[in-house]
Amino acid sequence: MPRIVVDVMPKPEILDPQGKAIVGALPRLGFTSFSAVRQGKRFELTVDGEVTDAILAQAKEAAETLLSNPVIEDVVNVEVVEA
Amino acid sequence: MTELPLIGEAVAVAASPRLAGAKIGVVTFPGTLDDRDAARAVRLAGGTPVPLWHADTALGDVDAVIIPGGFSYGDYLRAGAIARFAPLMSKVIDAANSDAKLPVLGICNGFQILTESHLLPGSMIKNDHLKFMCRDQVLRVENSNTDWTLDYAEGQEITVPLKNQDGQYIADEKTLDALEAEGRVVFRYVGFNPNGSRRDIAGISNAAGNVVGLMPHPEHAVELGFGPESLDGIGGSDTDGLGFFTSVLNKIVGANK
Repeated sequence: MPRIVVDVMPKPEILDPQGKAIVGALPRLGFTSFSAVRQGKRFELTVDGEVTDAILAQAKEAAETLLSNPVIEDVVNVEVVEA
Repeated sequence: MTELPLIGEAVAVAASPRLAGAKIGVVTFPGTLDDRDAARAVRLAGGTPVPLWHADTALGDVDAVIIPGGFSYGDYLRAGAIARFAPLMSKVIDAANSDAKLPVLGICNGFQILTESHLLPGSMIKNDHLKFMCRDQVLRVENSNTDWTLDYAEGQEITVPLKNQDGQYIADEKTLDALEAEGRVVFRYVGFNPNGSRRDIAGISNAAGNVVGLMPHPEHAVELGFGPESLDGIGGSDTDGLGFFTSVLNKIVGANK
Protein backbone atom coordinates (compact mmCIF):
# COMPACT_ATOMS: atom_id res chain seq x y z
CA MET A 1 0.00 0.00 0.00
CA PRO A 2 1.36 3.44 -0.82
CA ARG A 3 1.49 5.97 1.94
CA ILE A 4 1.48 9.73 1.88
CA VAL A 5 3.89 11.16 4.40
CA VAL A 6 3.15 14.59 5.86
CA ASP A 7 5.80 16.40 7.90
CA VAL A 8 4.78 19.26 10.18
CA MET A 9 7.22 21.52 12.03
CA PRO A 10 6.74 24.37 14.50
CA LYS A 11 7.16 27.70 12.73
CA PRO A 12 10.74 29.00 12.89
CA GLU A 13 9.75 32.07 14.90
CA ILE A 14 7.88 30.00 17.51
CA LEU A 15 9.86 28.86 20.50
CA ASP A 16 9.70 25.07 20.65
CA PRO A 17 9.73 24.18 24.37
CA GLN A 18 10.06 20.45 23.68
CA GLY A 19 13.02 20.93 21.35
CA LYS A 20 14.64 23.15 23.96
CA ALA A 21 14.31 20.41 26.58
CA ILE A 22 15.80 17.85 24.21
CA VAL A 23 18.81 20.01 23.35
CA GLY A 24 19.39 20.38 27.07
CA ALA A 25 19.36 16.60 27.54
CA LEU A 26 21.70 15.68 24.68
CA PRO A 27 24.99 16.83 26.26
CA ARG A 28 24.21 14.83 29.39
CA LEU A 29 24.49 11.70 27.22
CA GLY A 30 27.70 12.88 25.59
CA PHE A 31 26.10 14.21 22.40
CA THR A 32 27.82 17.56 22.40
CA SER A 33 27.74 18.50 18.71
CA PHE A 34 24.17 19.76 18.52
CA SER A 35 23.35 23.36 19.29
CA ALA A 36 19.59 23.27 18.66
CA VAL A 37 16.72 20.81 18.32
CA ARG A 38 13.28 21.39 16.93
CA GLN A 39 10.65 18.70 17.29
CA GLY A 40 8.00 18.18 14.63
CA LYS A 41 5.43 15.56 13.65
CA ARG A 42 5.32 12.97 10.90
CA PHE A 43 1.98 11.60 9.68
CA GLU A 44 1.64 8.54 7.45
CA LEU A 45 -1.61 8.34 5.51
CA THR A 46 -2.19 4.91 3.98
CA VAL A 47 -4.01 4.79 0.66
CA ASP A 48 -5.81 1.68 -0.57
CA GLY A 49 -4.81 1.67 -4.22
CA GLU A 50 -3.07 4.18 -6.40
CA VAL A 51 -2.29 7.71 -5.21
CA THR A 52 -3.96 9.92 -7.78
CA ASP A 53 -3.47 13.66 -8.08
CA ALA A 54 -6.88 14.12 -6.48
CA ILE A 55 -5.93 12.00 -3.47
CA LEU A 56 -2.63 13.85 -3.10
CA ALA A 57 -4.53 17.13 -3.23
CA GLN A 58 -6.83 15.85 -0.48
CA ALA A 59 -3.82 14.95 1.64
CA LYS A 60 -2.41 18.45 1.17
CA GLU A 61 -5.74 19.98 2.19
CA ALA A 62 -5.97 17.72 5.24
CA ALA A 63 -2.41 18.69 6.14
CA GLU A 64 -3.33 22.38 6.12
CA THR A 65 -6.68 22.08 7.89
CA LEU A 66 -6.43 19.29 10.45
CA LEU A 67 -2.88 17.96 10.67
CA SER A 68 -1.32 21.37 11.25
CA ASN A 69 -2.35 24.64 12.84
CA PRO A 70 -1.07 27.40 10.53
CA VAL A 71 -0.76 29.80 13.47
CA ILE A 72 2.04 27.78 15.02
CA GLU A 73 3.09 25.16 12.47
CA ASP A 74 4.21 24.76 8.84
CA VAL A 75 3.59 21.77 6.60
CA VAL A 76 7.15 21.26 5.37
CA ASN A 77 6.68 18.13 3.26
CA VAL A 78 3.95 16.06 1.61
CA GLU A 79 5.23 13.09 -0.39
CA VAL A 80 4.19 9.67 -1.61
CA VAL A 81 6.14 6.69 -0.29
CA GLU A 82 5.63 3.32 -1.94
CA ALA A 83 5.50 0.54 0.61
CA MET B 1 -27.03 17.64 35.07
CA THR B 2 -30.51 18.10 36.49
CA GLU B 3 -30.10 17.96 40.25
CA LEU B 4 -26.73 19.10 41.54
CA PRO B 5 -26.47 18.82 45.31
CA LEU B 6 -24.98 21.97 46.79
CA ILE B 7 -22.02 21.15 49.01
CA GLY B 8 -21.25 24.66 50.08
CA GLU B 9 -23.66 27.42 50.74
CA ALA B 10 -24.87 29.14 47.62
CA VAL B 11 -24.25 32.63 48.82
CA ALA B 12 -23.04 34.29 45.77
CA VAL B 13 -26.14 35.60 44.23
CA ALA B 14 -29.55 36.35 45.49
CA ALA B 15 -30.62 34.95 42.19
CA SER B 16 -33.45 36.70 40.50
CA PRO B 17 -36.11 34.30 39.28
CA ARG B 18 -35.68 35.98 35.91
CA LEU B 19 -32.17 34.55 35.59
CA ALA B 20 -33.42 30.96 35.82
CA GLY B 21 -35.08 31.48 32.46
CA ALA B 22 -31.65 31.95 30.83
CA LYS B 23 -30.30 28.70 29.40
CA ILE B 24 -26.57 28.13 29.15
CA GLY B 25 -25.44 25.17 27.07
CA VAL B 26 -22.41 23.26 28.38
CA VAL B 27 -20.67 21.13 25.73
CA THR B 28 -19.25 17.71 26.56
CA PHE B 29 -16.65 16.10 24.29
CA PRO B 30 -15.02 12.72 24.86
CA GLY B 31 -12.38 13.62 27.47
CA THR B 32 -14.04 16.76 28.81
CA LEU B 33 -13.53 17.08 32.59
CA ASP B 34 -15.10 20.26 33.82
CA ASP B 35 -18.55 20.15 32.27
CA ARG B 36 -20.18 19.33 35.62
CA ASP B 37 -18.39 22.17 37.35
CA ALA B 38 -19.36 24.60 34.60
CA ALA B 39 -22.99 23.51 34.78
CA ARG B 40 -22.87 23.87 38.55
CA ALA B 41 -21.43 27.37 38.25
CA VAL B 42 -24.29 28.34 35.94
CA ARG B 43 -26.77 27.02 38.50
CA LEU B 44 -25.07 28.76 41.42
CA ALA B 45 -25.20 31.99 39.45
CA GLY B 46 -28.93 31.57 39.08
CA GLY B 47 -29.19 30.26 35.51
CA THR B 48 -30.25 26.98 33.97
CA PRO B 49 -27.48 24.76 32.54
CA VAL B 50 -28.30 22.66 29.48
CA PRO B 51 -26.07 19.67 28.65
CA LEU B 52 -24.93 19.57 25.03
CA TRP B 53 -23.15 16.60 23.41
CA HIS B 54 -20.38 17.03 20.86
CA ALA B 55 -22.22 14.86 18.32
CA ASP B 56 -25.43 16.92 18.57
CA THR B 57 -26.32 18.63 15.32
CA ALA B 58 -28.41 21.42 16.85
CA LEU B 59 -27.87 23.93 19.65
CA GLY B 60 -31.52 24.02 20.63
CA ASP B 61 -32.75 27.16 22.32
CA VAL B 62 -29.72 27.95 24.50
CA ASP B 63 -28.90 31.62 25.12
CA ALA B 64 -25.14 31.07 25.49
CA VAL B 65 -22.60 28.25 25.33
CA ILE B 66 -19.71 27.26 27.58
CA ILE B 67 -16.95 25.02 26.22
CA PRO B 68 -15.42 23.61 29.38
CA GLY B 69 -11.97 22.36 30.24
CA GLY B 70 -10.48 18.91 30.09
CA PHE B 71 -8.62 16.83 27.55
CA SER B 72 -10.98 16.47 24.61
CA TYR B 73 -9.82 13.55 22.46
CA GLY B 74 -6.91 13.10 24.84
CA ASP B 75 -5.25 16.25 23.48
CA TYR B 76 -4.23 14.04 20.54
CA LEU B 77 -2.82 15.86 17.51
CA ARG B 78 -3.03 19.27 19.22
CA ALA B 79 -5.13 20.35 22.19
CA GLY B 80 -8.60 21.14 20.81
CA ALA B 81 -7.75 20.24 17.21
CA ILE B 82 -10.10 17.29 16.82
CA ALA B 83 -12.90 18.72 18.97
CA ARG B 84 -12.99 21.73 16.66
CA PHE B 85 -14.44 19.53 13.90
CA ALA B 86 -17.20 17.97 16.06
CA PRO B 87 -20.67 18.42 14.53
CA LEU B 88 -21.83 20.70 17.33
CA MET B 89 -18.82 23.01 16.95
CA SER B 90 -19.86 24.11 13.47
CA LYS B 91 -23.19 25.20 14.99
CA VAL B 92 -21.39 27.03 17.78
CA ILE B 93 -19.10 28.77 15.28
CA ASP B 94 -22.02 29.84 13.08
CA ALA B 95 -24.04 31.09 16.05
CA ALA B 96 -21.08 33.01 17.49
CA ASN B 97 -20.47 34.72 14.15
CA SER B 98 -24.17 35.35 13.41
CA ASP B 99 -25.97 38.66 13.90
CA ALA B 100 -27.38 37.25 17.14
CA LYS B 101 -23.78 36.95 18.42
CA LEU B 102 -24.32 33.99 20.71
CA PRO B 103 -22.17 34.43 23.84
CA VAL B 104 -19.50 31.70 23.95
CA LEU B 105 -16.99 31.10 26.77
CA GLY B 106 -14.04 28.73 26.34
CA ILE B 107 -12.24 27.68 29.49
CA CYS B 108 -8.78 26.04 29.28
CA ASN B 109 -9.26 23.23 26.73
CA GLY B 110 -12.35 25.21 25.65
CA PHE B 111 -10.07 28.19 24.91
CA GLN B 112 -7.82 25.90 22.88
CA ILE B 113 -10.86 24.67 20.94
CA LEU B 114 -11.90 28.28 20.23
CA THR B 115 -8.46 29.15 18.82
CA GLU B 116 -8.45 25.99 16.71
CA SER B 117 -11.92 27.03 15.50
CA HIS B 118 -10.54 30.48 14.54
CA LEU B 119 -13.17 32.15 16.71
CA LEU B 120 -10.22 33.60 18.62
CA PRO B 121 -6.77 34.42 17.23
CA GLY B 122 -3.46 32.91 18.27
CA SER B 123 -2.81 29.51 19.76
CA MET B 124 -1.57 27.71 22.84
CA ILE B 125 1.67 25.74 22.99
CA LYS B 126 3.31 23.85 25.84
CA ASN B 127 4.10 25.80 28.99
CA ASP B 128 7.58 27.31 28.70
CA HIS B 129 8.73 25.26 31.73
CA LEU B 130 7.22 22.06 30.19
CA LYS B 131 5.40 21.06 33.38
CA PHE B 132 1.74 20.71 34.16
CA MET B 133 0.92 23.53 36.56
CA CYS B 134 -1.90 23.77 39.08
CA ARG B 135 -2.14 26.85 41.29
CA ASP B 136 -4.33 29.69 42.42
CA GLN B 137 -3.74 32.49 39.98
CA VAL B 138 -4.36 36.22 40.26
CA LEU B 139 -5.80 37.79 37.10
CA ARG B 140 -6.55 41.39 36.22
CA VAL B 141 -9.78 42.08 34.36
CA GLU B 142 -8.60 44.32 31.51
CA ASN B 143 -11.94 44.61 29.72
CA SER B 144 -15.25 44.60 31.57
CA ASN B 145 -17.34 45.13 28.44
CA THR B 146 -17.43 41.57 27.10
CA ASP B 147 -20.55 39.44 27.55
CA TRP B 148 -18.69 37.42 30.19
CA THR B 149 -17.08 40.23 32.22
CA LEU B 150 -19.85 42.86 32.56
CA ASP B 151 -20.21 42.25 36.29
CA TYR B 152 -16.52 42.96 36.96
CA ALA B 153 -14.85 46.35 37.22
CA GLU B 154 -12.08 47.23 34.80
CA GLY B 155 -8.75 46.68 36.57
CA GLN B 156 -10.33 44.41 39.19
CA GLU B 157 -8.05 41.61 40.36
CA ILE B 158 -9.59 38.16 40.83
CA THR B 159 -8.12 34.83 41.97
CA VAL B 160 -9.16 31.58 40.32
CA PRO B 161 -7.51 28.18 39.89
CA LEU B 162 -5.27 27.52 36.90
CA LYS B 163 -4.33 24.00 35.75
CA ASN B 164 -2.81 23.20 32.40
CA GLN B 165 0.12 21.93 30.41
CA ASP B 166 -0.45 23.63 27.05
CA GLY B 167 -1.18 27.09 28.40
CA GLN B 168 1.38 29.30 26.72
CA TYR B 169 -0.59 31.80 24.66
CA ILE B 170 1.19 32.85 21.50
CA ALA B 171 0.37 34.95 18.45
CA ASP B 172 2.49 37.02 16.08
CA GLU B 173 3.39 40.57 17.13
CA LYS B 174 0.93 42.13 14.71
CA THR B 175 -1.95 40.11 16.16
CA LEU B 176 -0.85 40.91 19.71
CA ASP B 177 -0.66 44.63 18.92
CA ALA B 178 -4.14 44.50 17.36
CA LEU B 179 -5.57 42.66 20.38
CA GLU B 180 -4.10 45.31 22.71
CA ALA B 181 -5.26 48.22 20.56
CA GLU B 182 -8.80 46.88 20.31
CA GLY B 183 -9.09 46.11 24.03
CA ARG B 184 -9.40 42.42 23.34
CA VAL B 185 -6.93 41.33 26.01
CA VAL B 186 -9.59 40.54 28.61
CA PHE B 187 -7.45 38.99 31.37
CA ARG B 188 -3.78 39.26 32.24
CA TYR B 189 -1.74 37.22 34.73
CA VAL B 190 -0.72 39.32 37.74
CA GLY B 191 2.45 38.79 39.78
CA PHE B 192 3.53 35.60 38.04
CA ASN B 193 3.26 34.40 34.46
CA PRO B 194 2.60 30.67 34.91
CA ASN B 195 3.30 29.47 31.37
CA GLY B 196 5.26 32.03 29.36
CA SER B 197 2.19 33.50 27.65
CA ARG B 198 2.98 36.48 25.45
CA ARG B 199 2.40 39.78 27.25
CA ASP B 200 1.04 37.92 30.30
CA ILE B 201 -2.19 37.24 28.40
CA ALA B 202 -4.57 34.89 30.24
CA GLY B 203 -7.69 35.49 28.15
CA ILE B 204 -8.92 37.29 25.04
CA SER B 205 -12.14 38.06 23.21
CA ASN B 206 -13.33 38.40 19.63
CA ALA B 207 -14.01 41.85 18.21
CA ALA B 208 -17.69 41.81 19.21
CA GLY B 209 -16.96 40.69 22.79
CA ASN B 210 -19.40 37.77 22.71
CA VAL B 211 -16.66 35.12 22.44
CA VAL B 212 -14.18 34.96 25.34
CA GLY B 213 -11.51 32.35 26.02
CA LEU B 214 -9.13 32.00 28.95
CA MET B 215 -6.82 29.36 30.39
CA PRO B 216 -7.67 29.72 34.13
CA HIS B 217 -10.86 28.20 35.55
CA PRO B 218 -13.51 30.59 36.92
CA GLU B 219 -15.96 27.70 37.31
CA HIS B 220 -13.79 26.33 40.15
CA ALA B 221 -14.18 29.53 42.16
CA VAL B 222 -17.91 29.87 42.66
CA GLU B 223 -18.59 28.52 46.15
CA LEU B 224 -17.62 29.64 49.64
CA GLY B 225 -15.24 27.18 51.28
CA PHE B 226 -14.29 25.56 47.97
CA GLY B 227 -12.33 28.28 46.22
CA PRO B 228 -8.80 29.65 46.34
CA GLU B 229 -9.16 31.80 49.46
CA SER B 230 -9.16 28.96 51.92
CA LEU B 231 -5.93 27.45 50.60
CA ASP B 232 -3.09 29.91 50.85
CA GLY B 233 -4.66 33.28 51.31
CA ILE B 234 -3.11 34.82 48.23
CA GLY B 235 -6.09 37.08 47.92
CA GLY B 236 -9.40 37.28 46.24
CA SER B 237 -12.34 35.33 47.51
CA ASP B 238 -13.69 31.85 47.01
CA THR B 239 -16.25 33.14 44.58
CA ASP B 240 -14.22 35.40 42.31
CA GLY B 241 -15.17 33.30 39.28
CA LEU B 242 -18.89 33.69 39.69
CA GLY B 243 -18.94 37.01 37.88
CA PHE B 244 -18.41 35.28 34.52
CA PHE B 245 -21.69 33.48 34.88
CA THR B 246 -23.72 36.29 36.42
CA SER B 247 -22.41 38.61 33.69
CA VAL B 248 -23.78 36.55 30.84
CA LEU B 249 -27.01 35.69 32.67
CA ASN B 250 -27.70 39.33 33.42
CA LYS B 251 -26.83 40.22 29.85
CA ILE B 252 -29.30 37.63 28.54
CA VAL B 253 -32.15 38.96 30.69
CA GLY B 254 -31.07 42.56 30.13
CA ALA B 255 -30.20 43.35 33.73
CA ASN B 256 -26.53 44.40 33.64
CA LYS B 257 -25.35 47.56 35.34
